[in-house]
This record gives sequence, structure tokens and C-alpha cells, in this order.
Amino acid sequence: MLDQLESGPWPSFVSGLKRLANAEDKPYAGMMKDLLGQLERSYETKRGYWKGGTVGVIGYGGGVIPRFSELRGADGTPEFPQAAEFHTLRIMPSPGMHYTTDALRKICEVWEKYGSGLIALHGQSGDIMLQGCSSRNVQPCFDELNELGYDLGGAGPAVRTSMSCVGHARCEQSCYDEIRAHTQIINAFLDDMHRPALPYKFKFKFSGCPNDCMNAIQRADMAVIGTWRDDIQVDQDEVRKFVAMHGRQAMIDNVVTRCPTRCVSLKDDETVVIDNRNCVRCMHCINVMPKALRPGKDRGVTILLGGKRTLKIGDLFGTVIVPFMKLDKDEDFRKLQALTQSIIDFFAENALEHERTGEMIERIGFANFLEAVGLEPDPSMVLHPRTNPYVRTDGWDEEVAKWNARKGSQDTEGL
Amino acid sequence: MSGPAKPRMPIESGVPDAFQFMHPILNKNYGKWKWHERPRAGVLHHVAENGEQVWTVRAGTQRQMDVFTVRKLCDIADAYADGYVRFTIRSNIEFMVGDEAKVAPLIAALDAAGFPVGGTGNSVRAISHTQGWLHCDIPGTDASGVVKALMDELHEEFANERMPNRVGITTSCCEVNCGGQGDIAVNIQHTKPPRINHDLVANICERPVVVARCPVAAIRPAVVNGKPTLEVDETKCVCCGACYPPCPPMQINDPEHTKIAVWVGGKHSNARSRPMFHKLAVAGLPNNPPRWPEVSAVVRKILRAYQQDAREWERIGEWIERIGWPRFFELTGLPFTPYHIDDWRGGRASLNASAHIRLSAGTGDGR
Repeated sequence: MLDQLESGPWPSFVSGLKRLANAEDKPYAGMMKDLLGQLERSYETKRGYWKGGTVGVIGYGGGVIPRFSELRGADGTPEFPQAAEFHTLRIMPSPGMHYTTDALRKICEVWEKYGSGLIALHGQSGDIMLQGCSSRNVQPCFDELNELGYDLGGAGPAVRTSMSCVGHARCEQSCYDEIRAHTQIINAFLDDMHRPALPYKFKFKFSGCPNDCMNAIQRADMAVIGTWRDDIQVDQDEVRKFVAMHGRQAMIDNVVTRCPTRCVSLKDDETVVIDNRNCVRCMHCINVMPKALRPGKDRGVTILLGGKRTLKIGDLFGTVIVPFMKLDKDEDFRKLQALTQSIIDFFAENALEHERTGEMIERIGFANFLEAVGLEPDPSMVLHPRTNPYVRTDGWDEEVAKWNARKGSQDTEGL
Repeated sequence: MSGPAKPRMPIESGVPDAFQFMHPILNKNYGKWKWHERPRAGVLHHVAENGEQVWTVRAGTQRQMDVFTVRKLCDIADAYADGYVRFTIRSNIEFMVGDEAKVAPLIAALDAAGFPVGGTGNSVRAISHTQGWLHCDIPGTDASGVVKALMDELHEEFANERMPNRVGITTSCCEVNCGGQGDIAVNIQHTKPPRINHDLVANICERPVVVARCPVAAIRPAVVNGKPTLEVDETKCVCCGACYPPCPPMQINDPEHTKIAVWVGGKHSNARSRPMFHKLAVAGLPNNPPRWPEVSAVVRKILRAYQQDAREWERIGEWIERIGWPRFFELTGLPFTPYHIDDWRGGRASLNASAHIRLSAGTGDGR
């Protein structure tokens, strides 16, 4: 059946598996022949045949995904013995997934020596997935990669490997230094990555603007999204050129009427006026007119917490915990790290087994969570205030006093 | 022979430095880009504040790559793109060049090697996917195979920008949905409760953990043939498969009853509308390797309706919000069933609490 996936215009992973299986001079040819045997069986029976287990490297508690074949005869002998152990090593790539060909070739060299020659670039959590390693070869394979400068990523109830967009490296819409934020935050929590002891996984993702190319709001426990608080930068000459090229109607239909808060107005002289006070930083107008419009200059990040997919309580988006903070100076990055530390500490101590941050917050209440990690409530954190009276409000005056004190202070950065 | 060597302890180096791997033009203009355009599908042109330019050529890959494929991509990068590459979140590879004249030969080399150039702007993007039968321990279907079959059919839409907006398709081989939200999501949907091998549960499963995993409290301790085990209240069970990872003897996968559902309208970006979850379009499709033709047919049907009816810049979810769900089911010819009505917590918020209904002369005369 797998043969039928070799034809067609899209690159075929089956042809790749066969190239490995047919590389008779390589140590993995036999393993990949057996892997193809097991996969073919899955295609025939519509069943998966891998089970987990415990395989790791010395000094770490995670980062290797053990896979043992369940296809065994009555006496326990594996049906496909050379692929009976087919573990994955999760290796962290650089933020933005940049490579020199030299770096990729060196990874291939090590992987050909110890593994199957099969590499996923990249897994959904952002790792280089080296798929297909025997138990015996996991340690020496990791050792050589580690000497090359690579470290294992996260697996299990741990801080996971992160992802960040291309950002500052090649995108004018990037609002903060994603590589710095990604590197500093992840490297501050390596102990929680390599020695899994959290209630469940904790994922960070870093997107340079609200286009959120890393899908952070839905996929990360902590989403760091670039934004700005001053005015969108407008080049009115480029606006006129855009209108001249695409027409007034296209400008109205695709920009003016698409603004979710109706902030953009097209003047008779074919320039735009933007009501920046009411702009929600959605990015649409900037996406349509990247030469005429740019994010403002006073840039920073919005932080959301609690995104995850279905299991167990249903899908959750991350929700705003910090409407805006600057992320320029060393001190700003230290603040971000301190906030992260308090969130992870609270999560470690208070979440139930197998409970994600979003589920924990759902259980304990968002206001309680804010108080616990030292964040102040802000109307940007809700779509609207509560619609039901089921709340005890006898602390009202104290909270009003706190609000007034905050409003009186100079702290406008949310932290 | 000497005694065992002292074990090597890991160098806990963490995230590798990105700048050592970054194309020099990107490195030099880090944080200093000014604007960009897309000269053609698969090509991005970025201009820095100092006037420096870079052209990026994006190509699809099979994600699960053999070392020979990786080396072939490296050969292309060495010959045509200064020896630097990067990967996108959807497993595309990107080559950067500082001279526009280098773009065409690079594209020709990628074409010749069988890597489709595209995946930018308003195209059908490369499918983000999971591991499936190749490597997952709980898969209901394959992942790479579903993707290969779908992208073979959709590669023209990957190579062109002729959709109203981008279309991100995702696939997931169980209901955990590691593939994530998609404009179109092709996901496993189990239809029967797990089959339990009672002889194995006590030895393999930590029973309180399994009980706690169930979202509807349908699992309870039991004794079968004198052995402690677990049983499932099948009237409560929602067939999600959450019990299967911590307790493999509770087999949820079934060659016949493990089906595929297609979901629509997921969106990550904040552009125009807030991010959206995908919603159920159709379930009950057969899990039919090696090419899953029933799934492809539904995906094509949805894409065709979207392409014909949506306005420029509307994502699938935004298009449906504008035209309404009755029109979506009409345009796609897909049936609406009781299973489309959300009865999970918070589901009531998805009911129509208004008299806002798109009526027409053809609207049915219900009671």
C-alpha cells in the first residue's frame, strides 16, 4: 500500500524511507526495512503498533521519546526485530529555525552513525525529531550532538521546546527581539525542561506581532505576542500609490471596512486617517499595505496565558495577563523572566496532575490566579465584565482603593 | 580491562545561538527591516531600512525527511543560496539570496529536485501534521500519508496564490489534535468506547490516574474474573480516547469505528477577527489508507465553495461568519446533524439566542 504514496507531485516520505532501507552500505538499512514492514502492516490493519517505555540519557529525565514495537510473536520475539526499538531524540533547534548547510550536514553525519537517517524538520513542538534510534545508541548519539552544541528538548510534564517566528531576522512587522526572549526564557528553565517534575507540560511560543505566525495564543501556555502602543506609522505617499494601483473601491473594501474597530478612514485626497486610540492592533491594514503602514515605534509585547487543545476540559485560548510591557532593556527581560518564574512556581505547586495552566485557571478562577502571581486586574483582560451577580463583593472598597492607587501611579506598563 | 568509565554528564547548553546559523543579510539587518512584497507565489522580497534587500524562496518538503533529502536541500543551498536555510512552522524550507538574479536558478533547481515552490500569501499552505502510524503510540491513522495524499491533490493551490486568503490545513491522528487549529482540520474521531482487555489493566495501568483522565467521569474501578480492572459507562463515554495513553489495554482505535472528521474555520492570527477555533463540518468519513479519497473529496468541496464565495482577505472562518452556517452547509452540500450542536460545557454560547436568521423564499416551513 505504501508504494501508492510514491507517485504524485508532493515530495514522498515513502520514497525517502525506501532510500534509507536500500542504503545497503549503511548501518540503518535493516532497521528501515523493518520499519517499512511495520508501517505497511499499519496501513493494512489500520492499527498503530508502538508503545512507550523509559529510555533516556544520563543526567536528564526527558527529551527522548521511547518507542518499542508491539508486533511480537507468541514467544515475544519481535516480528520486525531491527525496528523493535525506534526511539526519537528531541533536539532543540535555534530560535527561528536557522541552519547553515554545514550544521545540517553534521547532524546528518551523527544521525547516520547512530540512528535511522530519518529526521522530521520539525515536530509540532518545534524540535528537530531524530526518529529511529536503538536504546543502546541513544546515549552516544546524544553525546556527539551535545558536543556539537545541541541540547535535548522537552517531553512529558516539563517545560517544552519553544518556537519563535522569523521576526527581527527578516520581518518588518516584528515588534520585539524574539530570539533574545526565546533564548533567555527557555535557558532560564532548562532544569524544568530536562528533569520533568511539573504537573504537566508548559509551552512557550514567541510571535513578533499579532499575526501570531507561531499560533501561540491557541498552542502555548504562555504566548508572547509583539505589539505597540503608539500610532501606526503611515507613509501617505505610499497610501496614494496603493490607491492608484488597486483603486479606491479595493481600498475601501479591503482596508477601510475590514478594520474590526472602524478606525481607518480614507480621505478625499487619498490619504488615510487612523483612530489609533481605538485600534486593537489586529494587523489587517498593515498586512494589506505593508509598504504604506507599519507598526508604531513604541513597541513591546502582550502576554497571554493558558492556551491548549481539547483534553481534558475542552479547547482553550490563552487569555491576556499582561496587556502591554516593554521588552527592550535588560531590565525588561529580567521582568519577563521574573513573571515567568512566578507563574511556573504557582503552576508547579497548585495544578493537579495532568492539568494545563488554562485548566488550572478555569478551576481556581482567573481573578485568584492574578492575585497569586501578583498581577493586577485590567479591563483589557476581559471581553466584558461579569453578567451574573453570583459573587461576594464585600471587599469592594479595598479593591477600589487599589485601583485608584494604581491609576494615580506612573506605572503604565502592566507590571 | 579497566572499570566502567565515568559517565559523561550533559552540557546543559539549552537553545543554540541562532546568529551562528543566520544568513549574513538577515544577521546584519536584524530588527531593521522596512517593508516586503511577494513578487510571485513562493517568493518573498524584503527591504531593509538601509536599502539592502533579500529574496526568500519557500518550498514544501515531506517533513519526515531521509538524510539524502536533507543533503539534497543542502546541495541546493550551497549551489544557489549561500549555504543558509531556515524552516517554517509548517515544515517548508526557505532559501535566502541577496540578488534577484539568483531567484530563478534557485527555483529551477528546486523544481528539478521535486520540491514544490509556493506556500506564501493566499495559497493553500503546507499541511501541519503529526506522527501517525510511523511513530506515535496512540495513532488512529497515519499523518504523513494523509498529508501526502492531500498535498498531491492540492499542490497547484500550494504553488499559486488564488484563494481569498491563506488556507492552513492541519491533520491529527487522534483527538488530542497535536496538529492544532486549521482553516480546515482533518482529525480522527472515534465512534465507539474503548475495548478493554481486563486481564492486563491491573498490571499496566495506574487506575486512579486513568479514572481522573476521563472528561465525563465515565470510568470506574471494577473487578472482572477476580482481577481488579476498570470499566466504562458506555452511555456516558464520548469516545475521546483520553484513557488510552495512560492505559493501553483500553484500546480506542478500531479499523472500522475509528473515523475521520473534518473541521473548518480555525484561525490563529488576530487579523481582523480574534483567533477562532475550528468547528465541525462533517464526521463519519472512513479511515481509508493509502490515499483517503473520501477526505480529499470533502476538503476539495469546502475549498471550492470558499474560493467561489468568499471575499478577498476572508479566512474560511470569517467567510462562514459572514454568510452564516446555513449557507455554508448549502454551498458545500454537507448535511447538518444533531452532532453539530455543541453540548459540552460552554456550548450554550454557540446557540442562536436571537431572531437573526438568514431567511429566503426557499427556507423550509417548519413547525
